[in-house]
Amino acid sequence: MEKFVTHTGRAVPLRRSNVDTDQIIPAVWLKQVSRTGFDKGLFSSWREDPDFVLNRPEYDGASVLVAGPDFGTGSSREHAVWALQQYGFRVVVAPRFGDIFRNNATKMGLLPVVLPARTVEAIQARAERDPSAEITVDLENREVRAGDVVAPFEIDDYTRWRLMEGLDDIGLTLRHADEITAFEERRPALLPTTV
Amino acid sequence: MGRTLAEKVYDAHVVRRAEGEPDLLYIDLHLVHEVTSPQAFDGLRMAGRPVRRPDLTIATEDHNVPTTDLLAPIADPVSRTQVETLRKNCAEFGIRLHPMGDDGQGIVHVIGPQLGLTQPGMTVVCGDSHTSTHGAFGALAHGIGTSEVEHVLATQTLPQVKPKMMAVTVNGSLPAGVTAKDLILAIIARIGTGGGQGHIIEYRGQAIRELSMEGRMTVCNMSIEAGARAGMIAPDETTFAYLKGRPHAPQGEAWDEAVEYWKSLRTDDDAVFDKEVVIDASELTPFVTWGTNPGQGLPLGESVPDPADLADPTERQAAERALRYMGLTAGTPLRDIAVDTVFVGSCTNGRIEDLRAVADVLSGRTVADGVRMLVVPGSMEVKKQAEAEGLDAVIRAAGAEWREAGCSMCLAMNPDKLTPGERSASTSNRNFEGRQGPGGRTHLVSPAVAAATAVTGRLAAPADL
Repeated sequence: MEKFVTHTGRAVPLRRSNVDTDQIIPAVWLKQVSRTGFDKGLFSSWREDPDFVLNRPEYDGASVLVAGPDFGTGSSREHAVWALQQYGFRVVVAPRFGDIFRNNATKMGLLPVVLPARTVEAIQARAERDPSAEITVDLENREVRAGDVVAPFEIDDYTRWRLMEGLDDIGLTLRHADEITAFEERRPALLPTTV
Repeated sequence: MGRTLAEKVYDAHVVRRAEGEPDLLYIDLHLVHEVTSPQAFDGLRMAGRPVRRPDLTIATEDHNVPTTDLLAPIADPVSRTQVETLRKNCAEFGIRLHPMGDDGQGIVHVIGPQLGLTQPGMTVVCGDSHTSTHGAFGALAHGIGTSEVEHVLATQTLPQVKPKMMAVTVNGSLPAGVTAKDLILAIIARIGTGGGQGHIIEYRGQAIRELSMEGRMTVCNMSIEAGARAGMIAPDETTFAYLKGRPHAPQGEAWDEAVEYWKSLRTDDDAVFDKEVVIDASELTPFVTWGTNPGQGLPLGESVPDPADLADPTERQAAERALRYMGLTAGTPLRDIAVDTVFVGSCTNGRIEDLRAVADVLSGRTVADGVRMLVVPGSMEVKKQAEAEGLDAVIRAAGAEWREAGCSMCLAMNPDKLTPGERSASTSNRNFEGRQGPGGRTHLVSPAVAAATAVTGRLAAPADL
């Protein structure tokens, strides 16, 4: 996956809570068997409304989505992450994320940043006042800088390192294949198999 | 210090633990379906990697499956391609598959327990958020994304950080006419859609112990709707009785050995939870949702809430938006809400006990004029059993449609959908905007409430009939 060290871009304020993954990418898009083409499906139902924030020309090309609490709840569909990335987002900022979404995002190199609700609102208000204002999301220093707002965020060392190096999890795990084999030898024989 | 049930299962599966890294957790059972797996298999092919343990992996077709005729080819070419892709992938990588038309086919979270593959103390994953269902057996089970599906296929492990522990203790007994679905909807309304975030929920207390396995699965199934990736219930005699004699359950001496181990799978008295919620079961009544997230629910006897009464501005705005979408006016009694469609089924409520509850209410009654009712068994085996008990005859006689097994109208990926503006009472798990079809309006209910609603045409409980 693409390395993520620091990113500067414009922000889109999405003032909604509980943006579930069914909204991010409606189910009809999940029938694809490839990993591409999901940008068209991003918020496809909400985008039918001409006033929806992503339809406003001033937010064209923005790359940081700033949303309300409980972003990415619901279905485990990783397609939600693919759709956001393929549309051009590199970061989602919210006060709280659905667990599975956040996990999927870090696997793909889309950075989920948790900030306090008031900070998120301040960043949204700034993006509404001045859609051309840039925001910097600095993973190396674990900090978001948006004008007057300078906010630290938490992310564990390991995930940060993996994102900064752009490392594939499977490759990392397979370095420990011997330990997996040893564990398998210890597993109780009475555990079921599917065959 | 003592450990919780979840900690015991977690600790028993740690393959590798190293400072500054996530734990590597072994996965005992990987369930696969057609929607979240094609890109994972592609990833394996591109990297030239095999499936490490096809013998711990099982696949079924459920999300895209039309429930009218399982033997005809799927008409929607995109759905058909997805199902055919799963078949090719399972053949190529040597994975057992229960395709449409097969006696073992059904919703992924119905067939695992039915086969006896889901057992206490196991780790279970699936590219589906309702994998939490399997926690009803005292298994540590959670949904994963496609990258993780690929990871499990390739390594049979997952890097994990130990989640926090949350107890939901339900004291007392559920009153007559109040079901597991009412209980979990009430729990979600209480703790909120984000309340369980970062936690594994253990459901405990008398009312939980008194639930059947089907009821426990309904409760654990919707843990994710409270933000928790996993929900668990300590195994007991109810669990063992359900498992005994199932095709993949241990037999003979191995059974006794397994039960001995399973009995140790309970939270120690001195274990500490990071968060605890206590609920009095005896105060509960049938519960339904009025909004567009599963936390927006109320007892059936109440009225559509007024957003102006909500102090929190985010909640107020969400409620205003939900009422607009749902076409509801504040103050309307929930019992006055008329529905167009009633859906019974899904991994939440598509099991035999759910169908019995529906047939019980429908017996000698008819579905209201202008209401369509779909009853969709969660698996072909559930269907067969229901038919052996004559439930299908009761359901059909009432004027409802009796369908083949699949996810059906839970998620709008197959022909069973709501049309824009259409309103449903649904036994599924999500009332998100458009979840059952673009523009569709969903009220989540229990099977008993669904059946009573079908009879009256308005949200109702069996006691109202």
